[in-house]
Formats: sequence, C-alpha cells, structure tokens
Amino acid sequence: MSERNDHKVVLPIGPQHPSLKEPGSFKITLDGEKVERAVVEIGYNHRGIEKACESRNYTQDLYIIERVCGICSHAHTSCFCQAFEDMAGLEVPRRAYYIRGIVGELERLHSHLLWLGVASHEIGFDTLFMYTWRDRELVLDLLAQIGGNRVNYGVNTFGGVRRDLEADLMQDILHVCDQLEEKIKYYADLATTETTLIARLKGIGVLTPEDVRHFSAVGPVARAAGILDDIRVVEPYGVYKEIPVNAVTDDHCDVYGRTLVRVKEMLESIRLIRVMIREIPEGPISVRAPRKLPAGETLRRVEAPRGENIHYIRSNGSDMPDRVRVRAPSEANWHGMSYMLEGFQLADVPIIIAAIDPCYSCTDRAVSLSSGRDEQIASWDQLRLFGIEQYKKNGIDPGSIAIRPF
Amino acid sequence: MGLLDKAIAWGEKKSPWIIHFNAGACNGCDIEVVDALTPQYDLERLGILQQGSPRHADVLVCTGAVTLQTRDRLKQIYDQMSTPKFVIAVGTCACTGGIFDSCYCVTGGIDTIIPVDAYIPGCAVRPEAIIDAVSKLLASLDRKEGKRE
Repeated sequence: MSERNDHKVVLPIGPQHPSLKEPGSFKITLDGEKVERAVVEIGYNHRGIEKACESRNYTQDLYIIERVCGICSHAHTSCFCQAFEDMAGLEVPRRAYYIRGIVGELERLHSHLLWLGVASHEIGFDTLFMYTWRDRELVLDLLAQIGGNRVNYGVNTFGGVRRDLEADLMQDILHVCDQLEEKIKYYADLATTETTLIARLKGIGVLTPEDVRHFSAVGPVARAAGILDDIRVVEPYGVYKEIPVNAVTDDHCDVYGRTLVRVKEMLESIRLIRVMIREIPEGPISVRAPRKLPAGETLRRVEAPRGENIHYIRSNGSDMPDRVRVRAPSEANWHGMSYMLEGFQLADVPIIIAAIDPCYSCTDRAVSLSSGRDEQIASWDQLRLFGIEQYKKNGIDPGSIAIRPF
Repeated sequence: MGLLDKAIAWGEKKSPWIIHFNAGACNGCDIEVVDALTPQYDLERLGILQQGSPRHADVLVCTGAVTLQTRDRLKQIYDQMSTPKFVIAVGTCACTGGIFDSCYCVTGGIDTIIPVDAYIPGCAVRPEAIIDAVSKLLASLDRKEGKRE
C-alpha cells in the first residue's frame, strides 16, 4: 500500500476507511512515525446541491437544503429560511423563533454528543463512545417527537415553523434536560480529571489564534484558540436577540481545548433550552410566505453546531433562485487541516481529523483540474445562453420563459 | 454441499460481518447505521459486527446516491469482498437516488453500479428499519440454503 520516496513512506488513507463514516482521502508522507506532509483530498460526496437548488423552486429547495447534512440539518434550513424571510420582508412570529431556537439547541446537543463519541472512539476509548451514543438517543427521541423524524425533522418553513410545541412536550424536553445535564456534567468531570484522556488529547493539532485567523477556521476550533467566533453572540439572530448566550472559549488551542469547548457548550445549550421554554410566548407559529422573491441578494449567517454557516441567495424575481451558495462550517475548517497534521505522530492523525468534527457532505466541492486546454471564464449571461442552447439541442425550448434582467 | 460450504453458510447466517460505505449520502443514514450498532439498538446481539476492511465483510451496507467520484470506489469495494456477498441499500437515496436523482454529479441508486439484495427506503431510515432489513436478509439466506439442499 505504501511507496518509497527518499526513504519516506507515503501512506494513502481512504476514501473508504474505518475511522470516519464518510469518504475522504488523505495522502500522508511519513518520516518514521512523524507526519511530514499531509495532503487532504475531499470531494467524494459532491452531489451538486447548489445547482440543484437553482433548478427548483424555493419550497422544493427547502427540502434539498435540509439534506445538505444529516447532522446539522436544522441549522441549514434556519439559515436558508432566514435569508428567504429577509428578502421577502416577512415578520416571523416570536413563538416560531423560540421553537427554532429550542430545536437548534437540541440539535447542538445531539451533534456534540455524537462528536464526543466519535472522538473517544478515535482514541480507543470505546466505552465513552457507547455511553455518549446511548445518551444521544434521548435527544433523538425528543426530536422525533417534535418533528416526526429522527434526523431530518423538517421543523422550519418559510415564515415560521411547521410544528408547534405542546405543553407536555415541553415538560418532556425539560425532563430530558435534567437527565442529560447530570450525564454531561459527568463527561465534563471526566474530561478535566481523566489523565489518559488528557494525555492523549493535550498538545496535538495545535492551531494558535494567529493560525486560526490565517486559515479562517470557525466554530469550536476557533473558540478553542480563544477567539470568540460565535454568531449567536457576535451577530445575534432570531431568539438569540432576546436570550443572550454565554459564549464558551478556551485557550488550550489544541484538540483538548476543542473537547472542553464542546462539552461546556452542551451545558450552555441545556441552560438555553430551559430559558427558552420558560420564556416562550403564546401566539401563531408561522405567517404565509410568498412563492416568489423580489430581485436582489442576501447573505445570512447562523451558528451551526460546527461553526458559522453561511447561506447566500440571489433572486431574479421568479420562484426559483438565481444562485444559492452554501458555506458550511467544515469547509472553513478544512483549510488548516494539513497544517494541523504536520509534525505530529501517525497515531494522532485520526483524532486530529476528528477534532474539527468534519462533515464531508456539507463541504464537498467539485474541482475541475485543467488538462492543458485553454481555460476561459464565462460570464453569468454567457452561461445562461449556453444552457439555453443545450436545452434546445435536447428538444426543449426555453424561449417562452421570460428572464428578468438582474 | 461440502463441509466447508456448510460451515461458511452457517457462519454467515449466525454472524454476518458488515462493512459500511458512504457513496454520497448526507450523513443522516450513516449516523443511523452506526446508531443501530450502539447500545440502544445493538445490532451486535444478532451477531453482526462492523469491519473496517471489505475483505473481511459479508454484507456491504451502502448509503447515499452514488456520486461520480465514489462510483469506481464502490465497484472496487464490492469486487474486493469475498463471495458469497450481499448488499443492503440504506435510505431512499441509496434505493433510487432520491432527492438527488437529477443532480449532475449523481448516477442514481446503488443498483445502477452493483447488485442489491435488500432495499431500505426512508429519509433517514430508522435503526428499527435497518434491524428489520438485516433480519429479513438473514431469513432469506435460510430459504436459499433450503433450496440448495
């Protein structure tokens, strides 16, 4: 599997590998046990979601956007809905914001518990993996109660939410919060006192605050380096305008710091859920949304469990978006990955990769490698004409569709 | 049927080893597959064990609409598995391509590339559905064995 190159070994890992659930490929040049160079190849999960959004109407897009990522599906739809509501000028009811907030925090809980399990699996601590995944089921059961599905719960819709929270469901949520708090406090205690865990995580995958700025890392990776990069705090949206978040930061700058940040964030999420349930106002949960958006563009940011999630919509006035751009948090965190891996032991590679909580399905892009042909940059209008020509070749005449100038 | 064949068939039925491959899923079904292996659902009580290498596995549990990038890899992994081998398509995307069917980078369901023995529709599938599919697959092995004898 390996090849010799100046007395160094190049170790290819992936795309199918046992440590992560998703396909990603790494070429790691080893000098003995030390990682000298790491090349990350991603893109195996690229499905062309942005293009798919452009060829469907907004209501259909909501379902596609929900399936960008199975773990932070609510964060993606929240962001997309907010961008839509921005452009349409919708006044979303306060109760809807609170329900979005509660589901969002529950999602953060399940995502961080999942991460804690995967990370402990990477360092060979399978007991903790089984513990956290068992506790995660409590949150998933709640999400299934709220939305009817364990993964893509479909709570968000344009102009509000689709499901209301009944009083006894809120009691269930509070009850689960009590159970989880006890368990997460135990994990927090474990993370700060268990010597093997600390020895395994401390000092690896270092990303100093300067590096974080250089690679523009986001989310817990940035917060573990002491940079307050939490959209809920720096640019509050929705419910966070009314309920302030205590941001969690840490100054370890390494994998251990990222673990602490995530564990503390879970406790903060539980606090937020309790406050939201206490403060939730009565009233309608959604307003009627238009099918079409006025021409224009907007960009919205939402704090997903993994960091800053950015959605951009450009509309030409029809019921289909002109351009949709999704910048998921993992995409920002991948840039520093090679740098984080270099200089550490081969055995640390899985946990350093897992420490950014990589999500390939959010991130994967198509890269066109130039094969010696002349590259040309086409303008948006040229591309549109090219598309019309292609459709005509296939016997479809799009001439009857009026295109408004942008 | 020789003694060795009988031993292999028995082992397969009593303890099928699975390998999980994501051919371009949104992560939802993958998490549910891992979920089915963790304490709440615990597929291991049926003798099912997750393996890292395709060469050790009997059942390929595959999720996601097949993207152009993973297409060849999926074929390779299937070829690397030793016979007899089975494929379970987990999730609507794996069954038909689902919501991503018309995307430019997607070929469609798993069965456009390799033969599939069991389909589990759902977005995302629930762990109960995965357990049901696996037990049905094992039951169908029983029937096949009956035919052979």
